[in-house]
Amino acid sequence: MAIPKVCGIETEYGILVRGADPNPVAASSILINSYVAAAHRIDWDFVDEHPGQDARGFSWEESLAPDVEPQLVNAVLTNGSRYYVDHAHPEISTPECRSASQATLYDRAAEEIVRRSMSLARSVMPEGAELLLYKNNSDGKGNSYGCHENYLLDRGVPFGRLVSEITPHFVTRQVFIGAGKVGSEFPGDSPSDVAFQISQRADFFEEEVGLETTLKRPIVNTRDEPHCDPLKYRRLHVIVGDANMSEVATFLKLGTTSLVLAMIEDGAIDRDLSLADPVRAIREVSHDPTLRQTVSLRNGKRMSALDVQWSLLEMAERYASSRGLECLGGDGPAIITLWHEVLNGLSTSPESVADVVDWVAKKRVIDAYAERHGLEGYDVRTKALDLQYHDMRPEKSIAARVGLRVDCAASDVKRAMVEPPDDTRAYFRGRVLAKWPESVVAANWDSIVFDVGRDPLRRVPMMEPLRGTRDLVGDLVDRSADVTELLERLGD
Amino acid sequence: MAERIQRSKGSDRDSSRVESSAADLDATTEQGDRLKAEMDDILDEIDDVLETNAEDFVKSYVQKGGE
Repeated sequence: MAIPKVCGIETEYGILVRGADPNPVAASSILINSYVAAAHRIDWDFVDEHPGQDARGFSWEESLAPDVEPQLVNAVLTNGSRYYVDHAHPEISTPECRSASQATLYDRAAEEIVRRSMSLARSVMPEGAELLLYKNNSDGKGNSYGCHENYLLDRGVPFGRLVSEITPHFVTRQVFIGAGKVGSEFPGDSPSDVAFQISQRADFFEEEVGLETTLKRPIVNTRDEPHCDPLKYRRLHVIVGDANMSEVATFLKLGTTSLVLAMIEDGAIDRDLSLADPVRAIREVSHDPTLRQTVSLRNGKRMSALDVQWSLLEMAERYASSRGLECLGGDGPAIITLWHEVLNGLSTSPESVADVVDWVAKKRVIDAYAERHGLEGYDVRTKALDLQYHDMRPEKSIAARVGLRVDCAASDVKRAMVEPPDDTRAYFRGRVLAKWPESVVAANWDSIVFDVGRDPLRRVPMMEPLRGTRDLVGDLVDRSADVTELLERLGD
Repeated sequence: MAERIQRSKGSDRDSSRVESSAADLDATTEQGDRLKAEMDDILDEIDDVLETNAEDFVKSYVQKGGE
């Protein structure tokens, strides 16, 4: 029986510094610290006597001093998110969410947190300096950074079967979740070899399955850190997707993948769509914006990426009829309808889905711009357009200007910046952080450590992603005056 | 469930799959004009906000590899 598809999405952002030292690690730290400090200003007296200085004890100048090792910032937010520096990028992870639509809302909230951080960072940086953030996956020069999804799975599913049955979806779903890219980054190619491709990430995948995430990237990542009960659950860590500016594309990415994983759990994949060479295929599909090329299947047949997706959808529709889609937290019908709509659009007239598919929206603008300015093939100006599509500044973002469909209400996004989801363990984490920030020593995905005012520190394990919800602990948190009382009420 | 629309399995994907009457063609042209006008507006806006020196911007956009 497919278990609830708790999911989340974590995004590494590209970062540039204008008007100041370009150290990306320090810049990422300043970005995050600015936000965290501001979030706590409600409780603290903040006296803004020194523009470059903050009561929390960090400043732009100090962060850059050569003898100071910048501490890699790792913050947990009151909405249950984690906001941290990963390698040389700011990264933000949504909390655990009960459904694709909820994770999409929290991804939108994450974007707004990043935007707010950019504004706040300006106030601690030298005059005129600013941080520029990009929600994309590469710099066009062979350096890539990820947008990773996480899905809760039944540990009982044999990993080998999981790999073979999810790979066709990972290779072909780019037809609606690809964010588009000008230029090639395939080792050996020069950038101008490819005018436009569907996916930001495809060129970087060299293996079918493996543990790596920063080189020799595998289509299916074997990282096994469930951050929950390892006997019951697996957390599938997915590194193969593009970061999306279109929130509907994000919803489809999370939703279709959750649905295919549920089918895998229930043994409902009854067509063998295994590809002969997934690593080659992911690139072939990406390099073909006409969507006409076919790829080889292991059984000798050839299918287009669209036809692989149609097959998955057809199985999903039968699965929905026979088993139901409760594990998708209410999103089932919407996912199926939208999946169908998008595949239909891509099959008949791709321009018709320019309001939900990032690569189509981006390509449409690039083609029109190229026509207006008499450009052909790869051009540095179309590359600039590509990059600026992902600019997080509202006044500069091209994605904000191409008519992408917006489903999340602004008021819901605003609330999701500070309040956790109700129905996963993120609820408990977010609530206690908001209510007793000075008593929370450490908060992690699977535990919280409290300081009750005397030794020893008290650790509360949270090994069940679906416990610690509002229904289970909301009242308890509301009625507790302090953490001592909270821990007493929690019992064991 | 959404109605299943017949989809082409051939490699020749013809974009004009719907039989058009004269009235339909007029509507299609009108829609085409509207889309072109929308795109022109979008391009005007983009021209305003696009990085002034594309070459410098693209050259300076360098990231460290992440995950």
